Parts: sequence; C-alpha cells; structure tokens
Amino acid sequence: MFAHHLRTAWTSVRRSPVLSILIVAAIAVGIGVSITGLTIYHMLARDPIPQKSDQLFRVQLDSWDPDSPFFEGGDEPSGPPFWLTYQDAMALLESDIPKAHAANYRSAAVLESDNPSVAPDVYGIRATTRGFFSMFEVPFRYGAAWDAAADQDGAPVVVIGEKINDELFGGEDSTGRTVRLGDDEFRVAGVLEHWSPHPRFYDLNMTTFGDPEQLFVPMRAATDREWAINGNTSCWKPESLVTFRDFLGSECVWVLFWAELPDSASREAYMTYLNGYVDQQKAAGRFPRPMDNRLRSVEEWLEHRQVVSDDSRVVVALAFLFLIVCLLNAVGLMLAKFAGTAPSAAIRRALGASRGDIVRQYLTEVGAIGIAGGLAGLALAATGLWSLRQGFEDLANVARLDLSMGFTAIGLAFLAALAAGLYPAWRVGRAVPVRFLKSQ
Amino acid sequence: MLEMQHIGKVYRTELVETHALRDFSLRVNEGDFVAVTGPSGSGKTTFLNIAGLLETFGDGTYRLDGEDVSGLSDKQRSRIRNQKIGFIFQSFNLIPDLDVADNVELPLRYRRLDRGERKARAERALELVGLASRTRHLPSQLSGGQQQRVAIARALAGEPRLILADEPTGNLDSLMARQVLDLLEEINARGTTVIMVTHDPDLSRRAHRNVHVLDGRVTDFKPYDPVPGGLAAGAGA
Repeated sequence: MFAHHLRTAWTSVRRSPVLSILIVAAIAVGIGVSITGLTIYHMLARDPIPQKSDQLFRVQLDSWDPDSPFFEGGDEPSGPPFWLTYQDAMALLESDIPKAHAANYRSAAVLESDNPSVAPDVYGIRATTRGFFSMFEVPFRYGAAWDAAADQDGAPVVVIGEKINDELFGGEDSTGRTVRLGDDEFRVAGVLEHWSPHPRFYDLNMTTFGDPEQLFVPMRAATDREWAINGNTSCWKPESLVTFRDFLGSECVWVLFWAELPDSASREAYMTYLNGYVDQQKAAGRFPRPMDNRLRSVEEWLEHRQVVSDDSRVVVALAFLFLIVCLLNAVGLMLAKFAGTAPSAAIRRALGASRGDIVRQYLTEVGAIGIAGGLAGLALAATGLWSLRQGFEDLANVARLDLSMGFTAIGLAFLAALAAGLYPAWRVGRAVPVRFLKSQ
Repeated sequence: MLEMQHIGKVYRTELVETHALRDFSLRVNEGDFVAVTGPSGSGKTTFLNIAGLLETFGDGTYRLDGEDVSGLSDKQRSRIRNQKIGFIFQSFNLIPDLDVADNVELPLRYRRLDRGERKARAERALELVGLASRTRHLPSQLSGGQQQRVAIARALAGEPRLILADEPTGNLDSLMARQVLDLLEEINARGTTVIMVTHDPDLSRRAHRNVHVLDGRVTDFKPYDPVPGGLAAGAGA
C-alpha cells in the first residue's frame, strides 16, 4: 500500500507542479534558515572533548587587587582572574595530585627551515608543559611530547602540527630534524595528527573557534627566550617591570592553567591543596582578597566565558519562528493543492478506502514533499553557512554542516511537513464523498 | 439483501431544511435487478448513497446482507463498501492518473489483497467487459462506453454482493447504453443483486422490479409488466 501511496504522491506532484514546488520552497526556506541558525548553535554549544570534559578543570586563584574585583568584558565582576601569575602557575606544577596538568600561554616567533621553498614567517606558538598533550588527548602522527627534563630545563624541542610538517617536510616523519624558531634551532620531538577542538576551549582568548597553534614548545624554553605573551595580560599592582624577569615575578596574570582530576576525591584533594597554597601566600603578604579558588570543568568554563551567548539562543528561536511562518504558508498551499484532489479521494472512499487510508495517502505525499524540502533546505543552509564563513572569519570552523545536522534537517523537514500536512490531509479525509461523486 | 425501514434523511443549511427521504422503506431480495425511477430531486440518488453507505441517515433502520448498518463507524462502513458493494456512476468516476488495470485493482488494494490476487481478479473482470487488451490505457484514451465498462469491471473485481448503479448510461449513446445494460443483466444473471437509478424508461423496463420514488418516498414498487400501462402489483415494503 505504501508503494501505491508513493506512486499516487508522485502523480499528484506532477499534476500540480507549481503548487508542489511552492510547498517544497516554503519548507526549504524555513529549513534552510532554521538549520543555519541551529548549526551555529550546535557548533557553539557542543562539547569539544566529550570523553573527559568533566575531568578537565580550569584553575583560577583570586590573586587580584584588594580594592577592586577582577572584571573581564562586562559590568559585573568576573570572579577570580581567568589566568594565573607565572609564579603561581609554576608553584602549582609541583603538585602531584592531578593526573596531568599544564601551564601555558600563547606566543609567536619567526619560523625558518632548511626548505628553501618555504619563506620564513611569524607563527603562533603554544608554550606549555608536556601534560598538555596527554591531558587534552592531542593525537600524534610521529614521535611524542617532549620529556619531563625538557620542561625543567627548557630544552629547545618542538612539537609541530601536521600542516607545518606537510609544508616543511612534505609530510614525512620529521622527528629529530630541526627548525629555527627565532634565533635558535629546535629539534622536532613529535608531529601531531589533525587536531582541532571546537570551541578551542583550552584558550578562548583572541578566538573561540580558531585552529590550534601548529607549534608547541616547553614553557620554560619560551620564557627563557623572553618570548612575548600573545594573549591577555592583566596587571593590577603598581610594580616596577623593567625586565622580563621582573614580569615573571610580578602579580600580572597571563598563564592559563588546566588540571586533569578524574574523580571527586582528587578534586577535593586538589581544592584543599589550592586553599593551602593560597593560605601560604596570604601569610607571605600576597592574595589580599578573600579566598576564592575555582575549579571549572570544560562545560562550566565555556558557560562562564559565555561561548554560547544569549544572542545565539535568540537567533535560534527566531529561526524556528521563521520556520513556523513558512509552515503556515505550506499549510495554505497544501489546502489548495489537496482541494483539487478531493474528487479522487471521494472515489477512493466510495471504493472502500477508510478515512485513515486517505489521510495516510496524503501524509505520504507531504512526507515526500517534506524530504524534498529538507534536501533543498540543506542546500540553502549550506549556502547560508558558506556566506557566513566568507563574512566572518571566526565562524570559519563553526559554520559548517556536519552529518548530524544533515540528518536533523531531513528529519525536521519530514516532521514539519507532516505537521503542516496533517490538517489538510484530515480535511480531505473528512470530506463527504458524495459531494464529489456526482460532479466528476 | 437490502432492507430499509422508515429511513429519513434531512439536509440542513442555515436557511433551508430539505427532506431528501421521508419514511423511506424498501426491501430488495438477493439476486434482484431493481430499477429506481423518479423525477429529479425525488431522492433517488440519496437513497443510493445511503444504500451504498456513502451517507448516513437520521431516522429508521437499514439492514444490508442481514447486518444492521445503522450505527456502524466510518471504518466499518468503508469495509462493507469495499467487500460487499460495487458502484457504477453516471460519470464513470475513474481516477484519471491511473491506467485501466490500476483503476480496476484499486478497491482490491483497500482490501489488502496481494499483488497476484489483485492482478488475476482485475484481468478476469476486464475480460468480462471486453477490455482485457486495454489494461495500460489511461481513462482519457478510452471512449465513454469503454470508460463505463472499466467502471463496471472495477465494481465486479471485488466480487460484490450488491451493485449500485447511478444513471450508468446517462453519459452514453444508445448503442453503448445497450451494451452496458447487457453487461448489468449478465452480472445479475450470475447472482449479483443490482439496483440501478435511472430516468430512462427503456432501461427500467429491463429490470425485474421498478421502484418509483417521489418526494423522498417509495410510491410504487412493482415487478415489471411487459404490457404497457399494465404494471402488475408488486411486493412493496
């Protein structure tokens, strides 16, 4: 029977092509707009490291100004600073409570290689500690992270991304080879596979959805070379900051710190450790504000940094309201289309079709129309997202359809079409057949 | 086969109330060939629609094939229509987008018969009406008489107990009308009860019984008397 319904649907579409195209278009426009909005929201709101996002914690200590709370991008105080001082970060690295931890900051340096076809250029560098790679499950194609000694002595080693490895070394195993960063040769310790968490949760400064750096060096190697901070630096205390060493010893906050705490026991122990550390520092005359140490999971951190803004939610709501408007138009068009086929439905009723048979027949047609609308809507959404990528650089990694959104679009269009077609189909099913049988 | 007792049917609009049938009583036996005559607006078609369970009625009772159908649900009425009744309409009422075979198979689809059974029955019915060679034609590619024969084949394919024909020759020329009547007689001869609404006295003369309807009532119900003006008294309900 379903095959017959499908054939009847196809015949009906061919009999009234203009109305059918208008219905498909109404659904497609609604789906296109709503899926565009939903895709952005979906990408903004997605968990960048779902397998362990509840075990990774951004560490915050309130070492800020006693006279004024820390503010960052709003009228309300932001709680403890988003970053740590260098001295606090180095101190926390001594703890063995976390399964892994990493201090890090973004810097930049000129990269040169032996490859004459690649011109020297300035590249962003993530200066960090080796725990970064295991904690964030960064995949390696060749080699591995540097060893613990490199963290201690700031050895000139580097982990490079696949893109740079392709450019400089033609994608070969380049471990053991060297690249020049700034004035020094750095030995390649490892080459990454493609790795691009979105949102870029580990550092939301500058870009929320940008790609990770292609160069990673030990933090000590960067600070020894006094590589500048290419991220946020916030200072509150009047201090003499003449040398880089002065800066490292200052109350300026600029180091990002993450810790992997797999269970509640380790979280409690680490919080106790942090409180003890701050008490110690208070005794030494630092941390003048009331104690306010925080451990925020990835999800909490993204929420705290308002990666998904209220505006995004409003955009999604408006997109779905627009879909409803489109569906109301589709209802009107379906009523007109189905009114033209009521005589055929009356004949079917006379021949023994129940109202349910008739409703199912029409719903098969609207379902097919819905899927066509969904496919057309997907094409519109892809076009809309492409336009957004051209207009907004930060959306380059976000405004992309993935498989789940593709299925969502088709499913949504199918259900939306069924919802829109239910009343017109029900009306035809309810029509008294004898009204049409005489006038055929 | 069919027994109506004191059936009443009223059509109401905001301004007008029309009594299409009043105290309408009729009994048709199995194997009868009954012609229903009467002037336009007398209630013939309303009777046929109610008999075919296409319309509900207000007062009275209606038994079809021994079953009281007065209070049945739409689904139950659809099932009975599909299994026991075959319709033949004045305007053929074929579905224009379906070819001859598909039109004939249509009631069998709603009976959920399998493809093989449907095809076999449709072929038999089309053979009976002489259109076995036109199975892939669309209705628009057939003459009026052929379309009506397809409609008859469609009615027959379900092997109904009762055929209801509403002016089956109204849109046909006299030659084709005669052929259609021949078919109906043949169907009736095989044991199927036929009730035919007609204006045409020549057609009604070929039925076993004539029912005359006026103002929504049966005014005459007689076996056909071949002597003009000499209709013998019949068994009214």
